[in-house]
Amino acid sequence: MPAALATLDAAQLKRLKALLFLAALLPFARLVIFAFTDRLGANPVEFITRSTGDWTLYFLCITLTVTPLRRLSGWNWLIRLRRMFGLFAFFYASLHFMTFLWFDHFFDVSEMLKDVVKRPFITVGFADFLLLIPLAATSTNAMIKRLGGKRWQWLHRLIYLIAPLGILHFWWMKAGKNDFAQPILFGLIVAALLMMRVYWRFAQGQRASGVARPAPSGQ
Amino acid sequence: MLIKRSPNGIDLPYSSEITPRELFESRRHFIRQLAVGSIAGGALLEMAAREAFAQTGQKLTAKPNAGYVVMDKPTAFKDASTYNNFYEFGTDKSDPARNAGTLKTRPWTVAIEGEVKKPMMLDIDSLLKLAPLEERVYRLRCVEGWSMVVPWIGYSLSELIRKVEPTGNAKYVEFTTLADKKQMPGLSSRVLQWPYVEGLRMDEANHPLALLAVGMYGEVLPNQNGAPVRVVVPWKYGFKSAKSIVKIRFTKDQPKTAWNLAAPSEYGFYSNVNPDVDHPRWSQASERRIGEDGLFARKRKTLMFNGYSDVAGMYAGMDLKKFF
Repeated sequence: MPAALATLDAAQLKRLKALLFLAALLPFARLVIFAFTDRLGANPVEFITRSTGDWTLYFLCITLTVTPLRRLSGWNWLIRLRRMFGLFAFFYASLHFMTFLWFDHFFDVSEMLKDVVKRPFITVGFADFLLLIPLAATSTNAMIKRLGGKRWQWLHRLIYLIAPLGILHFWWMKAGKNDFAQPILFGLIVAALLMMRVYWRFAQGQRASGVARPAPSGQ
Repeated sequence: MLIKRSPNGIDLPYSSEITPRELFESRRHFIRQLAVGSIAGGALLEMAAREAFAQTGQKLTAKPNAGYVVMDKPTAFKDASTYNNFYEFGTDKSDPARNAGTLKTRPWTVAIEGEVKKPMMLDIDSLLKLAPLEERVYRLRCVEGWSMVVPWIGYSLSELIRKVEPTGNAKYVEFTTLADKKQMPGLSSRVLQWPYVEGLRMDEANHPLALLAVGMYGEVLPNQNGAPVRVVVPWKYGFKSAKSIVKIRFTKDQPKTAWNLAAPSEYGFYSNVNPDVDHPRWSQASERRIGEDGLFARKRKTLMFNGYSDVAGMYAGMDLKKFF
């Protein structure tokens, strides 16, 4: 089995990508179907806000899993999926933000900004959304070329800040209720994913002492 | 008709100003009253709209008290009985309706103790007979920023208080919710300290609006709504209204209440509905009425004391930003 997965030809990868693309749209489709069949419960806005927030965190975790999984399994084609996962994190974050702006504030931008300034939990969520924008905007091949691989990579390391901030936002949301089970779970997953990178960098740095920078092995 | 104006200029659709005679003269009010189901046997519109499976509880007869009926449209029974905060049965709002079937509401006794001349143990049947049951339609404002309109059945808590004769030392009333692991799966989580404790100042508890409720929508309380007996304090955030009460204690000192212990900066002892005092994580200036303010509607303004301006006198001279 692993032997078959180790190499995927272009056609297989294309099919897998299409399949994952459709799968990643399912949470969105569910919300749309629920909205039209009156199944969003007593508080539809809360339902949509929570669902889109959850899926943003799921896709951030999935995106951060690509590199470690690739490294551990040797399936190099996984890197070809990373952009799509990252863009889906941005997609659900945008829906989450739109829910806040539209349904919660009814496009009253000044009221929304007051909320952003006044409440740390919203400040962090909003800042996190802003940080995602340059990553989404520079996700095309043309932008990678324009920025140059190294600069592009540095910019995209923002994800290491974005994921923890997303969890902090979630943590503060739950704080008043002392209900930390979910934020702790997300926190542990992201911490593990980041610690693996720190460990590899450290191990690599030892091996390649004297070399200014280790070759980027698919961050 | 006398219309009271709240400080923010919003008409308080407060039915205590509406006399029964006007009720019959004004077709609009008549229809509204029909819609709120406050005329005996006249809850037809509501009943028709209700889904057949939604209500299966035991019927409870109560006389509508026109003095305590808000004109707002009542929330659908289905929403009021499936969207609940009752952490003893789980922290998700759909958990209580799913899990509260294990709650045994009979036999049930409430211990009344502390600073009273006549401490007593009352079983649920004597509580049901302690005073005539009334139906009152109250707004319910949750601290989370949503609200409902619920036709409760019960009587003023003051009826019970009078019976047990508080001593001069009684300054507060403390309500304790059942905490039985066998019946309440949520107790395994440490979100709050169990048992759930809430409390009121004596004058608040004696205010005629403070209701000891045993039913809603013409039936005994569903378990997830705090069966078999709870309090309803409509001018305070919902969590102040303790559910499934097993003990009522009169005390000299301010009770240590569950949410106040859990997050003192977020949930004060008073917790009066107040659009001018924000929760640290969200504004309390507006609210979403469950079932009405859906996806494409603006939220509605929250009223001071949830529109129950009668209670303002009890807080005269108090800094409500400090005593939030």
